[in-house]
Amino acid sequence: MTDMMHAFELIQPQTLDEASDLLKKHKEDAWVIAGGKDSLDWFKDRVKRPEIVLDIAQIKELHGISDQGDHIAIGAMTTLTEIAESALIKEAFPALASAASRIASPQIRNVGTIGGNICQDTRCSYYRDGFPCYRAGGNTCYANTPTAMNREHTLFEAKRCVAVTPSDAAPVLSVLDAEMVIARGGKVRSVKAAEFFVGPEIDIERMTAVERDKGDLLVQIKIPKTWAGSKQYFEKAADRQAWDFALVNVAMAAKVASDGTIEKLQIACGAVQCTPRRLSNVEDLVVGEKPSDDLGVLIERVASQGAKPLNYNHFKIPLMGKLARRAVGSLSA
Amino acid sequence: MSWEVRNATSGGVGMMLPPDPADDYSTEPATREIAGNILGEPESWRLPEMSRRAFLRGVVCSGVVIASSGFLFSSSQAQANPRHSEKLITLNINGKAHRLDVAPNETLAHTIRYKLGLTGTKVGCNRAECGACTVIVDGQTEYSCSTLTMRVQNKQIRTIEGIASASGGLHPVQQGFIDELGPQCGFCTPGQVMSAVALLEKNPNPTVDEVRYALSGNLCRCGAYDHYLKGVMRAVGRA
Repeated sequence: MTDMMHAFELIQPQTLDEASDLLKKHKEDAWVIAGGKDSLDWFKDRVKRPEIVLDIAQIKELHGISDQGDHIAIGAMTTLTEIAESALIKEAFPALASAASRIASPQIRNVGTIGGNICQDTRCSYYRDGFPCYRAGGNTCYANTPTAMNREHTLFEAKRCVAVTPSDAAPVLSVLDAEMVIARGGKVRSVKAAEFFVGPEIDIERMTAVERDKGDLLVQIKIPKTWAGSKQYFEKAADRQAWDFALVNVAMAAKVASDGTIEKLQIACGAVQCTPRRLSNVEDLVVGEKPSDDLGVLIERVASQGAKPLNYNHFKIPLMGKLARRAVGSLSA
Repeated sequence: MSWEVRNATSGGVGMMLPPDPADDYSTEPATREIAGNILGEPESWRLPEMSRRAFLRGVVCSGVVIASSGFLFSSSQAQANPRHSEKLITLNINGKAHRLDVAPNETLAHTIRYKLGLTGTKVGCNRAECGACTVIVDGQTEYSCSTLTMRVQNKQIRTIEGIASASGGLHPVQQGFIDELGPQCGFCTPGQVMSAVALLEKNPNPTVDEVRYALSGNLCRCGAYDHYLKGVMRAVGRA
């Protein structure tokens, strides 16, 4: 039999308190599985071998989408299919529904969760293959050498590690100013998207504010209604239409006046940096303007300003520009 | 014999002749080597009582031991720690309840193939990429190779064996695939059927694009995607 997983203990807590207690007790020895697709790959590769696997699927309060008046709350264990098909999300945040429908494949979306998607570790193949790189606690980066395969890696803010965020939902959540609710030992705190996603300059061994060694658990995602019903856009460029992770993706939310002038706009790209990258250059450029071809040319020029490509990922620079241009261009329709 | 020795015995002192290929062949009658121990004579190079059959049997058996050692090792490890050991659970598969022992690290594909013998479900990549292992859990398709069996205890699981009717009549999707020559090697077909059946149960009248989207999690190495697509469209209205 291939891909035999190591022996572990599977615990299925029924309540959040139970899960918090277990995490507090076991800390790093416990591995939380949400949808479990990516986790099982880690185990099969024998790169991660946790003693205890915590299945949080049976905790009821982690499931479901609800309208809370000033915000919409999404349980961390809500599946991507549920989000993509939810009438509430489709109406208020079409970009999120669109991103959820483009993640991975139908079978993965049916069990894969929004919490699992945004907490997922980077897809850097060196890191995933168990190389002792910076992110894995070592002292070198295998993806940033003259012969390394770094087609999928970062354009911006490389600090020793050149990995990128793999999530399609993450850039959408950052343009929608979402807040992530994290539980630790019975206490709950709320973290803004801008602080939730963590780059290597803050901590090279994790990608989010969820700290495993301290027993953190992502519980809920709150999206304020600031951008509800605004004009939104999501597009993902990947090698294949299904399954693949984004080479670059773009998410945008905008408010447009009746005469077509852009009043307010937030735009972000994923898979170009360790965290979703807000394109502040584009945001500054387009506010007060009307979408036009001339504006599109300018957007393409400024979108990827400051990019420092590696050996094989130069193609992401024009890709970013085109995607940003298309996103803003969608407002003229 | 080495060829220096041969040169020395064949006369020409100091002449370094190239080796004669014919010297490699024995001039003795071939029967002893070909027929083996037919005359009952002991042969020094042969281990006592080691026949060709026994040797082959040894090779086959050691292969089995090597191949199964991963499994044997893991189960002995499981016995060492009671928290890792198998537990008796009930699985509801194709409308039947099965009571069986399941380990925490066991995947659904492993359970249904190797413990229940439902080998219609295939394991292709074993890492949630190819879709050959697709089963329907509570009406939704799922990769069984990357699902822990323990997590689907109270759910209704359907495998390819539960798709045709009890009398053996094919599901419209299966018939559609046959009519449109969907399967070539056939390895991905059970997964394609499961995805298509789950779609038609949710949406009995899908468009081509909806079918394409629903089958996008199933790879086909033969590249018969369009045949599968047409097969599902043929089944629409009959399901």
